[in-house]
Amino acid sequence: MLTIPPPDVLVQGILSGILMGFVYALIAAGLSLIFGLMEIVNFAHGEFLMLAMYTTFWAYALFGLDPLVSVPLSAGVLFLVGWLTYRGIIRRILGGPMLAQIFATFGLAIFLRAGAQFLWTPDFRQVTRAWVQGPVRMLGVSVGLPQAVASVACLVAFGALYWFITRTETGVALEATAQDRQAAELMGINTERMFALGWGIGAACVGIAGAFLANFFYVFPHVGSLFALIAYVTVALGGFGSIPGSLVAGVIIGVIEVLGGLLIAPAFKYVAVFVLYLVVVLLRPQGLFGKF
Amino acid sequence: MALLTVEGITKRFGGLVANHDISFAVEQGEIVGLIGPNGAGKSTLFDVITGYYRPEAGEVRFDGHPLVGRRPDQVNRLGVGRTFQKLRPFHAMTVLENVMVAAMQHQAVPSAARREALSSLEFVELADKRDSYARDLSTGQRKRLELARAMATRPRLLLLDEVTGGVDQRTIPTLVELIGHLRGQGLTLVVIEHNMRVIMSISDRILALHLGEVIADGPPSEVVKERRLIEAYLGDAFVVPSGGPRGSGERLRGEPE
Amino acid sequence: MGTGEPVTAVKAQEGTRASVRRVWGMGLLAVMLLATLAFPWVDRLPYHRDLVIRVFLYAMLAQAWNILAGYCGQISLAYASSVLQMRWGWNPWVGLGAGIPVAVALSMAIGYPCFRLRGHYFAIATIAIGEIVQTLAINWDFIGGARGLTLPFQKDSLLAFQFHTSKYPYYYIVLALLILCLLVSWRIERTRLGYYFRAIREDPEAAQSVGIPITRYKLIAMAVSAAFVSAGGSFYAQYVLYLDPDSVLPLSLSILICLLAVVGGVGTLWGPLVGAALLIPLSEFTRIQFGGTGRAVDLLIYGALLTLVAVFQPAGLVGLLGRRGRP
Repeated sequence: MLTIPPPDVLVQGILSGILMGFVYALIAAGLSLIFGLMEIVNFAHGEFLMLAMYTTFWAYALFGLDPLVSVPLSAGVLFLVGWLTYRGIIRRILGGPMLAQIFATFGLAIFLRAGAQFLWTPDFRQVTRAWVQGPVRMLGVSVGLPQAVASVACLVAFGALYWFITRTETGVALEATAQDRQAAELMGINTERMFALGWGIGAACVGIAGAFLANFFYVFPHVGSLFALIAYVTVALGGFGSIPGSLVAGVIIGVIEVLGGLLIAPAFKYVAVFVLYLVVVLLRPQGLFGKF
Repeated sequence: MALLTVEGITKRFGGLVANHDISFAVEQGEIVGLIGPNGAGKSTLFDVITGYYRPEAGEVRFDGHPLVGRRPDQVNRLGVGRTFQKLRPFHAMTVLENVMVAAMQHQAVPSAARREALSSLEFVELADKRDSYARDLSTGQRKRLELARAMATRPRLLLLDEVTGGVDQRTIPTLVELIGHLRGQGLTLVVIEHNMRVIMSISDRILALHLGEVIADGPPSEVVKERRLIEAYLGDAFVVPSGGPRGSGERLRGEPE
Repeated sequence: MGTGEPVTAVKAQEGTRASVRRVWGMGLLAVMLLATLAFPWVDRLPYHRDLVIRVFLYAMLAQAWNILAGYCGQISLAYASSVLQMRWGWNPWVGLGAGIPVAVALSMAIGYPCFRLRGHYFAIATIAIGEIVQTLAINWDFIGGARGLTLPFQKDSLLAFQFHTSKYPYYYIVLALLILCLLVSWRIERTRLGYYFRAIREDPEAAQSVGIPITRYKLIAMAVSAAFVSAGGSFYAQYVLYLDPDSVLPLSLSILICLLAVVGGVGTLWGPLVGAALLIPLSEFTRIQFGGTGRAVDLLIYGALLTLVAVFQPAGLVGLLGRRGRP
């Protein structure tokens, strides 16, 4: 069953797995941030990513903006989407039954996916003439330049997010709200605003990731589902609510995905990821870095 | 032989030692008060006895049966009932259904379980609320509901976690009276309680925990005499009505002497 | 009834009123049953019959999901399709007969470790398992593989479970399955099993404290649920996929099933049927109005409805009618 590929293929695979892992990490960090704040899983996270990719694509197709230029635009649009989702939906189901918490965002995901299909058809679209394209040599093997750029950018964004949460006043207020809502309110923190902000930032994370992904990935209504699945697994593996956990887990998953594809069969690469998830949560339900 | 014996229980959470080498025994028909400041390890001890946590060391015996390693439902079926500090009623079920679920351990048929549940509810004077949803009850009513629910499993030992906590003071005498009735039914009780007046009046014996260790064990009159101990470990939680520093003194007014 | 108290006149009156209501309920049920039995003979349009068959099938699958998720609180987001994949490809009756125990056994084997996970972790684990099963099914010839689930065309026979000249047998088979599923759910609601399921849904730890072995009861819920999903799956393969092999479900079947139950009323006896009776025809209607599934108008409505129900009416449409519907 196992086929051992030649060493250079293996090295190349692992490298591209790590690169993709940084992108996964940023997507998962957004999900994890939201969960850490209010213990709600955003089942529309993948569809947020899809919206980011469409934003980037249309900015390119209509106004000729290169994906690299529209990163701030995509981040801004998604921040707004996240903020509105909180104000319009999530605020009303906080403390509601588990079922409502799951299906509110689950329904939103279906709605957004169908909306994209309705407005923009199921066609696969692509940014054809991006600034960065073609391969680049790293560590003696060749990887796609857009992938490398996306990876580095996501790592930087991840670092910025971490810095924001741990070093700035607003970030600390967010963290305090996550720790203990009542105590945070007593300290004069407007937790309602923090929740909305958390959703904004969580969505902006996929806004950034989506813009870079649009550089080398097809854009279509269902594109989010796959990334969302990987993001859930990443967050669960890293530990729900743990931002650093997302980084480690993202890289592990990026590598496992590639190895599963290389060693077993391409069709089984996600099976490897999901099996890993099951093994981890069954042995350690709180994930690698989870607190509880 | 004692009904419940706790032998050298140690429970850690990471670096924190919640229970350290705790040993004590509870005789049949006794009411034991468990006191100690927040974080002393009282609720953790309940969770260890009832099977929610597995201790790192030690053994718990109930009526000769070792309890460590048993699941919570198995411990309950042996005859140990409990309530929770943070109340956990089945919110979307009615008061009656809440208690019926518990009664079904001995009465599988719903109509029989209903009868048993109703008598349990009458005991805690909640029968008139039987068709309300548990989520619509006040804190005091929820406390009584949890009591009725635990009673309906026909326990021989009942572990009560904070009987009067968060309850408005007019309700406290009712709850104290209830505990008296429980004793009348031949139950053995271990009661966690912060209201010192209450605990002193109902307990045959007091067990004091601090930082996970037993620091006093004896009749209320003797534990009270160990003033240094009380002052050191309970601080202002224990307040004599004459000169209480703050807060807790208020709570004592209007209670039966 | 009472516990020694005098039974007051008020109570007696309440009792009469309840029994009057019961008589009405029984009458209504009898009328509904007769109507469904007579339907294919009254309305002979194949299109209508097909629609009703689909409503019954999806109602039954949604109710099967509801037993595990609605009553027992174990919200699985992908297991229905996983169970559907695990069917034997031989004689359909063997499939129905052997498929059920196999599906039950497999789902319990998979469920046992997963039941240690709570809430969201459980939901995500079911998605992961669903993906694994899906991939295995596509890449593994033994189960039917990528060839799909089209079956060899055979002459009409009850043995082959294929009826081409007359579709009436399909109608009555699925009706029987639905009624059986509703009867089982009704029975569960009224016995200890149902009370235990609901207690576990509300608070597993508190349920343990009153002596309920929660894993055992979750497994029972899983087994009952899987048995019905598997039976429905055999029917699905024989009817929907055979008749309409190219119809790629616009929405994964698992999601559709949750949707019907949630919109109709989770944890209720009639919710899934109400949900199916409203939403399946709605989907047909939009398909006719807006043409094809390419525009996904039905999904747009489904998604919006799901969110709206979750936010504003977690007890579902049935919950609007009376206090039996609970969130």
